[in-house]
Parts: sequence; structure tokens; C-alpha cells
Amino acid sequence: MEFLMASLVGILFASALYMMLRRSIVKLVIGLVLLSNAANLLIFTASGLGSGQPPLIPPGADVPVGAVSDPLAQALILTAIVIGFGVLAFAVVLIHRAYEVVGADDMDQMKDTDT
Amino acid sequence: MLLAVLSGFILAFLAPWLTPRLGRAVGWLFGLLPAALFVWFASFIPVVASGETLLFSYPWVPGLDINLTFLLDGLSLLFALLISGIGTFIVIYAGYYLHGEAYQGRFYLLILAFMASMLGLVLSSNLVALFVFWELTSITSYLLIGYHHEEGKARASALQGLFVTVAGGLALLAGLVLLAVAGGSYELSELLTSGDVVREHALYLPLLLLILLGTFTKSAQFPFHFWLPNAMAAPTPVSAYLHSATMVKAGVYLMARLNPTLGGTETWLLLLGLIGATTMLIGSYMALRSTGVKQVLAYSTVMALGTLTMLIGVGTEKAITAAVAFLLAHSLYKGALFMIAGIIDHETGIKDFRELGGLRSAMPLTALFAGIAALSLAGIAPLFGFVAKELMFEAVLEAPAIGTVITLFAVASAMMVVAIAAVIGLRPWFGPRLPTKKTPHEAPPSLLAGPAVLATLGLLFGLLPMLPGQHLLSAAALAVAGEPIEVYLSLWHGFNLPLLLSATSLAVGLLLYWQWSRVQPALARLAAWDHLGPERGYEKVMASIVSISDSHTRLVQNGYLRYYILTIISTLLLLLAWTILTRYPVLPSPDLSGIAPHTFTILAITALAALYAVTTRSRLGAVAALGALGFGVALIYVLFSAADVGITQVLVETITVIMLVLVLFRLPGFLDFTLSGSRLRDGFIAVLFGGTITLILLMTTEVQFFPPISEYFIENSGPLGHGRNIVNVILVDFRAIDTLGEIFVLALAAIGVYAMLKLRAEDRKS
Repeated sequence: MEFLMASLVGILFASALYMMLRRSIVKLVIGLVLLSNAANLLIFTASGLGSGQPPLIPPGADVPVGAVSDPLAQALILTAIVIGFGVLAFAVVLIHRAYEVVGADDMDQMKDTDT
Repeated sequence: MLLAVLSGFILAFLAPWLTPRLGRAVGWLFGLLPAALFVWFASFIPVVASGETLLFSYPWVPGLDINLTFLLDGLSLLFALLISGIGTFIVIYAGYYLHGEAYQGRFYLLILAFMASMLGLVLSSNLVALFVFWELTSITSYLLIGYHHEEGKARASALQGLFVTVAGGLALLAGLVLLAVAGGSYELSELLTSGDVVREHALYLPLLLLILLGTFTKSAQFPFHFWLPNAMAAPTPVSAYLHSATMVKAGVYLMARLNPTLGGTETWLLLLGLIGATTMLIGSYMALRSTGVKQVLAYSTVMALGTLTMLIGVGTEKAITAAVAFLLAHSLYKGALFMIAGIIDHETGIKDFRELGGLRSAMPLTALFAGIAALSLAGIAPLFGFVAKELMFEAVLEAPAIGTVITLFAVASAMMVVAIAAVIGLRPWFGPRLPTKKTPHEAPPSLLAGPAVLATLGLLFGLLPMLPGQHLLSAAALAVAGEPIEVYLSLWHGFNLPLLLSATSLAVGLLLYWQWSRVQPALARLAAWDHLGPERGYEKVMASIVSISDSHTRLVQNGYLRYYILTIISTLLLLLAWTILTRYPVLPSPDLSGIAPHTFTILAITALAALYAVTTRSRLGAVAALGALGFGVALIYVLFSAADVGITQVLVETITVIMLVLVLFRLPGFLDFTLSGSRLRDGFIAVLFGGTITLILLMTTEVQFFPPISEYFIENSGPLGHGRNIVNVILVDFRAIDTLGEIFVLALAAIGVYAMLKLRAEDRKS
């Protein structure tokens, strides 16, 4: 299972990097979305994959029964998803604004501070 | 002792505030501090003259074993007396000389800070402290040369002096560290007795060269001599104090100080002897060639510094005696002459010897002291300069190995120095009165005090050479030699070879002066050859630094995001691939057993969605693919026991897709900007990157370096957090501050989005 997940994470990272190397600023944003998903899955896989072991405590008990998957990694990913959304919202509005000012969807025309 | 060194800094920082409040008396009042220091240091003369070395130690960085240790022996006492003594007159002098200038307070801040740093330099026993004070003198010198900061030339000269001395300072730091390694201590007091160990050490040659690079740049030795004449852009009190009497002698001080540790080898003799002699000759030649009052004095300072370096290099008993005597003689007459140059400039407004003449009647006292100081410069009996010059001739005549060469250099230099002394001592004062910009008057007491005292001391010490000789100079020579040597100073040595050389140089020098109006222009024509000189080399180095950093910046900071990313990722890939291949050569084998078909399908859809988002030419298609991918990822979370994460992912992904659709449709469609070649390159790098991540991930699942810290959360979530959803307890209880930070980030992003939308609305309105 880890092998498949690791391959998926690899594919996501490769797609994200390829998109971030484009000149189009829209593709850069798509790359950002891919990258944040890839990073989350990376942490998720690295913390160990376990089916049917949610980190919950049954009623009446003090600790979970049996093994549970890593709750800390899940908490971190949860935070990362929300932060990633904040960054994305900001980036999307920013490139829209930049397009209005520069008039082109081309990173090469935004390399100077004067435009 | 600590107070003596630091008092200068304390007064320095009060100076800008005090100066406008004290008015005309400022020079005399500030002069009290160096005067008090002089008296205090002078009280040590009897102790030090008996051959004792005093150590004062204060803890500075006890954790690193760095102590602020001060060492007071003959050499440091001689320097401390010169610094505080001449400093007294400079401070008094500047009170009048710079009166009414806008930045007089700043001047006092810098000159007093310099004085304190210089005292610290010559008194420090710890190499680290010595280096810190050394650099402080470079920095204060830089600020003082650039005192007239509105003049471009002053700024350029200040920068030149700083670059040359600080570059040398860097070499010096490396050299001092090596010295501490070789000698096993950072304390001078200990290094002075471990000379044999250091000289035999394998690091001796590199550390010697590095230290000499530092001292040669500081003391303006050939080929670094060019910064000193340019430093004359500073106000005259600065030139008199820093650039003749004290700071430029820091290099000489360090060479003399380290003579017992480093000296006595053939390399030492050849390097110091020959470079010193060359500097001496070039200095006197350039002085004879120049006509600017301060230029002539500056080049004759270069001559003196060369002479001192040469004598320390020769290192015989005679040479060391000559060095300390010459050091004292030079500080006395050169300090006086520089202050007189300032008086001439102040009273007449003229800075060139060719336009000066007949001032004797207008300013008789100045003329008298100028004459006495110039006689000492020329080395004519009965001035102290004569005593020093006779000793110098004796020393070079008996110098080992290079005696003949440096004797020739010394005699040639002495001839020119006599001519220069005559130019300074006679030309402005005698002959027909030449017109001046201002009507010259006799200088006021504050300006004359320094020249008067220093010139008179030069005469007194010449008549009674045992006066400084018995007490101070013998102790200083002892410190330089590292062993007791017999110092015998006398005015009359009998008819011998040195006297003959003196007489010859006097005769030829006077001949040169007689023909000065012809000799000087003839020599000045040689300036056409200056483009081969070291100053042009400095300019070329500075220009190439600018052009290299310019092209380097263009290459590295090119402004293209994709090249930045490519550089970062390629570097990362190289490092990672190297580590993986060298440390973990066995790759884990894929294990595909026991995977449910629905899991496999979800993963495949997610991967395909990612690939489609990359390859499609339709914006809507790309956004739809992103949506599919996001939900695929959410399903993966749910599949592997992360229900909360899955729910969040679904919510966020829904909003993301809606937002992207809304915004992207206001932007143009995809265009193919890049060439297929660069697409191939990017694809190659991207696949390598993805593959590397996969490998690392596979390895991390097999290796567990530390026990996971989540055990704590699992065990305590119920008892401490009173919640049954451990992920929620972590977010809102154990790591609540992190969640608060996250909320803050979201709020910031929201404010940013709102601001940008509002801006656009206002743009439309206007």
C-alpha cells in the first residue's frame, strides 16, 4: 500500500513542479494547489497508513481501544489544508489583480517592479 | 587601567552634546582628559624603566576564556605617552582650528573615540581585544578622513583608506588566530616568551605573511602606501594625529611588539628590511616630487614608516635602539610640522609650497618652531632627529645580509629628506613675501601650543639624549628585543662612517634644495609612469569587484521565477540523490498484496486527475480535474482513518473549485509560451523530483528514528482534554495557540483579499 501511496505522492509532486515552471500565472496557481495536496499526502503517508483505526476514544473509556492512526499528523494536515486554502484565496485574487494591471497572463512580463 | 582606556569613549559619546555648550573653551577643556591620561601614564615611567612588565586583567567573556588584559611595558608605555601627549595638543588645537564648523561635536566624538581605541590597541595583551581596537582605529580613521563628507574626494579617500586597512585587518585576524594556534595562547604576555615554538611551527610562514599584510596596509608600506597621502583630505588635526603620529604607527607597533615572537628569521629580515627600505626610498622621492604642504608631509611620513619597518626587520641591538629613537623623534617633529601646516593653511589659505614665501615677519614664532622641527626632520645636530639618524646609519651599516642595499637606500633617502626639510623649514618663511589669500597673523596660543612643545622637546632630547634614553627608550627597546640590550644615546659619536654619510647627505640635500624649483618639476614629469603604480591596481580591483557583482547579480537574480525554482530544485535533487545513492543503496521492493480494488481505483483516479490537470489545454478541464483530485484525496483520508481531515478537505475543495471557476474565467485562456525544448527539460526535472520524493517516502515508512510524540496525545486526550476525538482535542486544547495562529493567518488573507477587491472597485469608479 505504501508503495502505491508513495507513487501517487511522487506523481502529484512532479505535476506540481511542472506546472510551477510554466510562464502562465494561472498554471502556477494550479501548481500551488497540486503542491499543497502533495505535501499533505506526504505527511499523511509518512505517519503510517491504517485502515479502520480512527483516533477516537469510545464512550466510557479513557484511552482508545487498540491501535489508532497518528492523530498528530492528522491535526497538522487539517491545519495545513485550511492555511493552504487561505494562501490560495489570496493568490487567486492577487493574480487576478495583477492581470488587470499588467494585462497579460505571463510571468515574464512581471519580472520588473515597474510594470 | 580599564578606566584609562574607556574614559576616552565615555567623553567621546558626551562630546556632541557638550561641544556646542562649551563654546570656545571646548578644546582646552577636552584637552584635560588626554593630559590627565598622559600624567597618569607618566607616573608608570619609573616602574617600567626598571624593566618591569605590568599586567592588568579584567574578565570580558569568561565563557570563552577571553579576558581584557592590558600589558604595560616600555613599548606600550612609549606609545601610550605619545598618544595621550600628542592627543592633548591635537584636542586643544582642534578647538580653535575647527571652531564654528557645523560638525565640531562629531569631530570630537570621533577623535576621542580614536584616541581611546588607539590606547586600547597598544595596551591590549589579548589578541582578540587588540584586533577589535585595531579595527576601531580603522573605522574612526575612515570617518575622520571623510569628515568633509560633502566633498566627493574626501569620501573616495576615506573609502580607499578603509578598504586597504580593513582588507589588511582581515588578513591580520587570520594571522592572529594562526599565531594563537601556533603559540598556544591568545595572550601576548605568554606569546612573547614562546618565540622559539612559533618560529619552528609549520604555520610560521603563513601566519607571518598574514600578520605582515595587516601591518603593512596599516602602516602604509609599499605597495599599499598610496592610501596615506590621499588620507590628507582629512582636517589637519586628524592628519597630524592619526596619519603621522599614531594610527599609521599601529602596524609598526605590532611588528615591534611581535619581534620577540616572530622576528629574527631570514624571512623576517628580508621582508621587513627590503620592503621597509623600498617604502622609505619611495616616500622620500614622492615627497620631493610633491608641492602640496600636506602631501609633502604625508610622503615623508611614508618615508618614516618605511625606515621604522626596515629597522625592526634588521633587528640588531643598534637597529632596535634606532627604531625606538626614530619613532619618538618622528612623532615629535612630524606632529609639530603637521600642526604648522594647518596654521599656514588657516592663516594664509594656501596649501602649496610654490605659493608660499616670506612669512617669517608675519608669524615669527611659527617660523621658529617650523625651523626647529625641520632641522630634526633633516637630522641635523643638535636635534633629536640627528641622534636617531646616526643610530639608523650605524644600524644599516652593520645589518646582516642586506646591509649594502639598505645602506644605499638609506643614504639616497636621507639626501632627499634633507631637501624636503629645507623646503618645509625655509621656503615658506624666507625670500620675498608672496601674496596670500588672507592677511597672515601669528597663530593664537591654542594652535601654537603643540608645535612649540613638540619642537622644543625635540631640541631638548637632542641636547640631553640620555633624558628619554635612560628611562623610556631603554625599556621600549627591551620590550622590542625581548632581552636586555644596552641603549646608549649620545649626540656625539666621534668622526666615523655614519657622520660622513650624514655630512654627505646634508651636502647633497642642500644642493637639491638649491635647485628645488628645477628638480621638483623634473621629478613631477615622472608622474606619467604612475599608471604602473599600485594605486591603479587598487582602482582596477575595485572596478572589477563592481563589474563581477553586477554580472553575477544579473545571472543569479534574473527575475524569472521558474529559474529560481529550477535552481533550488536541481540543487536539492543533487544533494538528495547523492545522499540516497551513497547511504541507502538498497531500494525497498514494492509490496502490492492485500490492496482492495476500491482503494486502487481511488488512487488511480487521483493520479489521472493530476496528470489531466497538467496536460489539458482547457481551463475548465483543469479546474474540474483539480476538483476530482481534491475529492480523491478526501476519500483517501477517509479510507485511512482520518475522517475529520476528509471532511475538511471536502469543504475546502468545494470552495476552491467555485472560487477558481469564478476568477479564472476573467483571465485569458491558456497559451503556449514555452518552447518544446524547455518543456522537455522541465518535465525531466519534474519526473526526477517526483521519483526522488517517492523514494524518500518509501524509506521513511521503513525507518523510525524516534518514538512518535503522538503517544502523549493519545494517552492524555481523555484524562486531560476531556474529549473523545483526539484530533479535535489536539487542535483546540493541546495546540490551541497554533490554531489561534492559523485563524490569524486566515484573517490576514481575508483582509488582503478584501483590500484587493475594494481597490479594484475604486479603480473602476475613478
